[in-house]
Amino acid sequence: MDLSFTEVQTMLIDSIDKFIANDYGFEQRQRYAASDSGFSQDVWATFAELGWTAVPFAEDDGGFDGGPVELMVMMQRFGRGLLVEPFLANVVLAGGILRRLANGEQKAGWLRPMIAGELQAALAVTEPQSRYELADIRTAAVAEGDQWVITGTKGVVFNGGNAGLLIIPARTSGEPGDRQGVTVFAIDGTADGVTRTRYPTVDGHQAAEIRLDSVRVGADAILGEVGHGYDALEAAASDATLAVCAEAVGIMQAMTEKTIEYTKSRVQFGVPISSFQALQHRMVDMLTACEQSYSLLLWACMANADGTDDAGRAISAIKYQVGTAGKKVGQEAVQLHGGMGVTWDLDIAHYFKRLTAIGQIFGNADWHLDKLATN
Amino acid sequence: MNVTFTDEELAFRDEARTFFREEMPEGIADKQRLGVPLDRQDFVNFQKALYRKGWAGYNWPVEYGGTGWSTVQRYIFGAEMAKANAPGIITFGLGMVGPIIYTFGTDEQKQRFLPDILESNVWWCQGYSEPGSGSDLASLKTRAELAGDHYVVNGTKTWTTLAQWADWIFCLVRTSTDVARRQEGISFLLIDMKTPGVTVTPIITIEGNHEVNEVHFENVKVPVENLVGEEGKGWTYGKVLLQHERTGTARVAATNYRLNKLRRQAAQPVRGAEPLLHDRSFMRKLAAVEVELKALEFTELRTLAAVASGKAPGPESSILKLKGTELQQAVDELFLEAAGYYALPYVPAQYTLDFPLEDRVGENNETLSSLTYFNFRKASIYGGSNEIQKNIIAKHVLGL
Ligand SMILES: Cc1cc2nc3c(=O)[nH]c(=O)nc-3n(C[C@H](O)[C@H](O)[C@H](O)COP(=O)(O)OP(=O)(O)OC[C@H]3O[C@@H](n4cnc5c(N)ncnc54)[C@H](O)[C@@H]3O)c2cc1C
Repeated sequence: MDLSFTEVQTMLIDSIDKFIANDYGFEQRQRYAASDSGFSQDVWATFAELGWTAVPFAEDDGGFDGGPVELMVMMQRFGRGLLVEPFLANVVLAGGILRRLANGEQKAGWLRPMIAGELQAALAVTEPQSRYELADIRTAAVAEGDQWVITGTKGVVFNGGNAGLLIIPARTSGEPGDRQGVTVFAIDGTADGVTRTRYPTVDGHQAAEIRLDSVRVGADAILGEVGHGYDALEAAASDATLAVCAEAVGIMQAMTEKTIEYTKSRVQFGVPISSFQALQHRMVDMLTACEQSYSLLLWACMANADGTDDAGRAISAIKYQVGTAGKKVGQEAVQLHGGMGVTWDLDIAHYFKRLTAIGQIFGNADWHLDKLATN
Repeated sequence: MNVTFTDEELAFRDEARTFFREEMPEGIADKQRLGVPLDRQDFVNFQKALYRKGWAGYNWPVEYGGTGWSTVQRYIFGAEMAKANAPGIITFGLGMVGPIIYTFGTDEQKQRFLPDILESNVWWCQGYSEPGSGSDLASLKTRAELAGDHYVVNGTKTWTTLAQWADWIFCLVRTSTDVARRQEGISFLLIDMKTPGVTVTPIITIEGNHEVNEVHFENVKVPVENLVGEEGKGWTYGKVLLQHERTGTARVAATNYRLNKLRRQAAQPVRGAEPLLHDRSFMRKLAAVEVELKALEFTELRTLAAVASGKAPGPESSILKLKGTELQQAVDELFLEAAGYYALPYVPAQYTLDFPLEDRVGENNETLSSLTYFNFRKASIYGGSNEIQKNIIAKHVLGL
């Protein structure tokens, strides 16, 4: 048994930690989040330069062959640093489809530029009605001669406003809910018939509502095989679920540490409020939540790295855990900061909002608990 | 034993119901329904409507222009107001400083301040907390030094709700440090916000709104006649207020209103999705909150019954704020969960009256669910945090 990181993993961790400590303070983060694109183009270029955007991809595709453990250490640190750069949308979601489905030409056209930081990409995981049911796809693609005509609506597409490349799962046969009959299309973000309503999200990121009105594409826009795109969609969403769980654990750890620090420095009734037992116990509970969550995260990463039978259960387990324990830790951190906890100018509020947002996406705690209970 | 209202009380309930339905000033009901934030004028208009009806002084004695209502009537009034989704009364004037002035103020002060409070001509804010004094309010440092016929005030108040709309502020200030207990050096002072040396700087809260402020006082001259009661007795007056703040915050009717709304929404398909009604785990949680809320409603009624029969309310009254805020926050969480992905879009600009409904992101104001959830984390922090409430109950109720 060995739970230590490899040398390469340690180097990755160190380089991210160093970057965040030197170049990604909270004020900078707030400035980036408030910009038009909602992130820093310069930081994104640095991500590409340092090779972070290449981590999960095969060496043949210009990547580093990283797996769930590499993804975990990165996302955990992005969580701590509260980064707003669209790593999840580009690398994990869109990249997760491209590396699984794209052919050589498509990889050259989309995956490599994405890895190089030159192309922004987004995967439309949800539709307005679909909530957490990935297969509830009503956007339809109909063949017309050698073209496909796509019509439908995608909701809350992360990075959807920035993306030059939109990856759109559409139904080419079957009924909403069917796993069969889903085809994945790559569409130019500015194509005729695409209407995007972009907006910031409460966690400082960005998303968009995307309407597709008879958008016409050729067969070269199809990623993978017609009717057989669902497995890749599910796999990319599963990677993303694990990734945001790692991010959430990083956030929970940061919030816990910051709360301990704050209560040690905040004096009321002539003593630091950390001296009140009522608060000490709550911080012990926060620590417990963080440790338990990190343990489950490790399990989920290893199960998925090894592709064991319980890999899917492990994803649901960790998502349930960060949903419940994350809510607790977030609320407690805010509460123990008193009024300061609900001010925009303090990072605690923004950690709380990101943690809350993570609880709402890719299935909430109840949804995953249901899966665990019934499968 | 029964919980039925008398015929007069029922008649009063009907009257209140009719009033809130028919005399809500222009625009308010629409804004409330559409999630559009109310502005200063809306609150003033609403309170002026109450004034015209003779109900502004809902908790004031008749001799000062109040209603002289019984506790049961006040309860009915509050419940009907919540059921009508009315704005709620801004408590600083009518609920807080008004009662302090008619209880401890001079005749002159009563004549000078009470009519404008009752008529909502003057907006008040509450200057208690300071950067260094939150839970430990008695450590407050804002100084008021007597210099002839006025005090000179220096210091900073913080978290001052809606100070940006306020004409006057009531403050707890330190008039003496030379006392045995630090509470004894505190006085209750009324300060005109237009006085030179008063500046207000906004604090933006977690969800992005401007509802609290820092209020700075730099050599602010305040006439001695603005001192309420005796110098050094401000703490005891202020505590009366805090007590009031605590019992007023159970908000059972308002929480109930929101819970019912959520139940109705859950039965409707949203954006073509399966109604939440079929989501067993969600509906179980909703039902659990309903059970707890029912219990709290009866806890409040027990308090009411005690007061109505001339007894002091028992220990049950001390849990009202605590439990009330917990349940309010539980309902916030349910709304958040119900919204799913649509809790994420941060689109405050679409919540205006002229923004086209069909262009809005999300239905049923669901993108407000996260903002409400974030904002109302404050409910367990302000007015004496829930930890402080528990300390008080442990000490004064349990005698520990
Ligand atoms: C949105 C908002 C509006 C407000 N409006 C007003 C207003 O209009 N006017 C006004 O005067 N004030 C207002 N307040 C201030 C409010 O009353 C204070 O925030 C509150 O008293 C808590 O003080 P604090 O924020 O300094 O937290 P602190 O006192 O620093 O407390 C931090 C944490 O420590 C805990 N704690 C402190 N002491 C103890 C103890 N002895 N035992 C156990 N736990 C303890 C607290 O419960 C809290 O969790 C407002 C606050 C907010 C957030």
